[in-house]
Amino acid sequence: MSATFVGMPAFPVAARTALADTQLRANLAHATGTIRAKRAKVVAEVDNWEELRLAAAGIKDNTLLHLEEHLVRLEESLTRQGAVVHWARDAAEACTIVADVAKSHGVDEVVKVKSMATGEIELNEALAKEGIAAWETDLAELIVQLGDDLPSHILVPAIHRNRAEIREIFLSHMAAAGRPAPDDLTDEPARLADAARLHLREKFLRAKVGVSGANFAVADSGTLVVVESEGNGRMCLTLPEVLVTVVGIEKIVPTWADLDVFLQLLPRSSTGERMNPYTSTWSGVTPGDGPQEVHVVLLDNGRTRALADDVGRQALRCIRCSACLNVCPVYERTGGHAYGSVYPGPIGAILNPLLKGVGVDAQTDSLPYASSLCGACFEACPVRIDIPSVLVDLRAQVVDSHRGDRFPKAEALAMKATALAFGSGGRLGAAEKASGLVGRLLGGGGRRRLPGGRKLLGRLPGPGAAWTDARDLPTPPAESFRAWWKRTGGRG
Amino acid sequence: MSARDDILAGVRRALREADTSPVHVSRGYRDTRPADVHLFVERVEDYRAVVVRCALDEVEARISDALPRDARAVVPDGLPWRVPGSVADDGLSALDLDDVDAVVTGATVGIAETGTIVLSHGPGEGRRALTLVPDLHVCVVRADQVVADVPDAFAVLDPDRPTTWVSGPSATSDIELDRVEGVHGPRRLHVIVAG
Repeated sequence: MSATFVGMPAFPVAARTALADTQLRANLAHATGTIRAKRAKVVAEVDNWEELRLAAAGIKDNTLLHLEEHLVRLEESLTRQGAVVHWARDAAEACTIVADVAKSHGVDEVVKVKSMATGEIELNEALAKEGIAAWETDLAELIVQLGDDLPSHILVPAIHRNRAEIREIFLSHMAAAGRPAPDDLTDEPARLADAARLHLREKFLRAKVGVSGANFAVADSGTLVVVESEGNGRMCLTLPEVLVTVVGIEKIVPTWADLDVFLQLLPRSSTGERMNPYTSTWSGVTPGDGPQEVHVVLLDNGRTRALADDVGRQALRCIRCSACLNVCPVYERTGGHAYGSVYPGPIGAILNPLLKGVGVDAQTDSLPYASSLCGACFEACPVRIDIPSVLVDLRAQVVDSHRGDRFPKAEALAMKATALAFGSGGRLGAAEKASGLVGRLLGGGGRRRLPGGRKLLGRLPGPGAAWTDARDLPTPPAESFRAWWKRTGGRG
Repeated sequence: MSARDDILAGVRRALREADTSPVHVSRGYRDTRPADVHLFVERVEDYRAVVVRCALDEVEARISDALPRDARAVVPDGLPWRVPGSVADDGLSALDLDDVDAVVTGATVGIAETGTIVLSHGPGEGRRALTLVPDLHVCVVRADQVVADVPDAFAVLDPDRPTTWVSGPSATSDIELDRVEGVHGPRRLHVIVAG
């Protein structure tokens, strides 16, 4: 478990590597295409889909705008139901709390339900340092963990792996973690799932401590909710004696009844099913049923920072369905690793800068630009997060955070030059004359044309090449509008 | 300052200048519709579960049909039907449960629109582990327990009880998004819709 996102290069560099991997691109195109079709079919079945989206966005906004009140109520309800509530300002605090619970029971292993929050705080790595093995039990997480790999999708972390690669990983790595894969394992998905069932069952049956996240936390009843498919979640939530659940403070809904919107939106947006195979809800400790010691860790880790951002606050509505990833033309081509975080894709491009802040590291600052602003993500989002607007706002924040830099970026210099030229008629005329001359010089031999028939420039020399490598640049016209008007008086 | 006070102070600070006037939430989606038992059967079948319909007095016969010969089936307290080869739940461990072939339970709610069965783990349904570890789950849902949709289900469920929402047998789509039935939960789900 040494794989980490720490030290990942900025998006454009990471994307270039990903784009060169043809196997990865084939795996992703197949997987995202399949899930898009499934989602579209089950969303079309619901005639009041838009009404549900509006209700979900409204419920989340009302909760976020009064978050203190709801957090305090959640704490009271959880305590009343027999849970122990902990608060964690950051990843380190949260990891310490979980490790302390595990150590107090003298265990050297825990079983885990797939959880974005525990991935975000790198809990497995922290527990490993304390000598505690954290076994991932979701099939895709298991594939990632055994392959010493990184997750690349919110819902299907091993989406970048095909069946042949998964078979290889199981054959070479399962034995070191427990029950080995059968020698005659084929790459049929059913056989691979069966190998995972056998490998994990012994871990479920002996586990003393389970660790989970939660999709929702209900303030008025202290109910936590885990939505899953395989039953590994039920195993971890039910069989161990002790359960620790790490919950981001934005996961709150006010009432039990409010869940009725989200359990309609989430499965259809996420796996493209009318309902996922299993959903578990529990409120603290139930005597005689399931874990008798229940801990809940309420995690900030940048969420209050995101909450303070008037435009970006809506990102905290996110229910981690991953619909935005599956419809994103950028994600479909680069995959998730290029985003350098457990939260990839369009939601990752806004959530990471909102949680971590801009102007701190180049990798995070590059994310708001990892988008063509086509808007497909906003349309697919079940809680109506206007991702393109947040992206544009974050781009402005990134630029603002670099205004005092000692060495301004090329873009800032170009913008300055443009401002200078646009600031005076004489300077603009001179610039237009120069660009017309460039157009005649460079565009003369160009054979490629834009759809309207206008000639295209080839690759620009010098720093301009960075622009023309990825975009078509039309040949500047030989004469500017103002020169044409002066010459003809508008009659020619 | 404790982490709790720090976080709550952070929340207050973050929202100091925010417009906190309430957003209107329309609940038109909660309009009640009649429950359609035929749709429930169809939707449960869509998940590749086995579904049979029968009269209330035929339930015991259908349970017996659903269980393989000589199968040992664990049965929760309070189940109103007799089950052949039944094993009472007298505090069986997870390993014990791994040794039985099946579990037979009732349910609290069936949801027609999504083909979902909800257990709330009271009498006749048993603690959560019972319906999780054995490989075959035979579940009896009375027709009068079927509601139209998800909001109707939440309206009758008690948040203080643990609940398990079951939509077909356990499944995964983690390998190339190809759906495979049967991972960790019961690989076979047999639903008897009675009445």
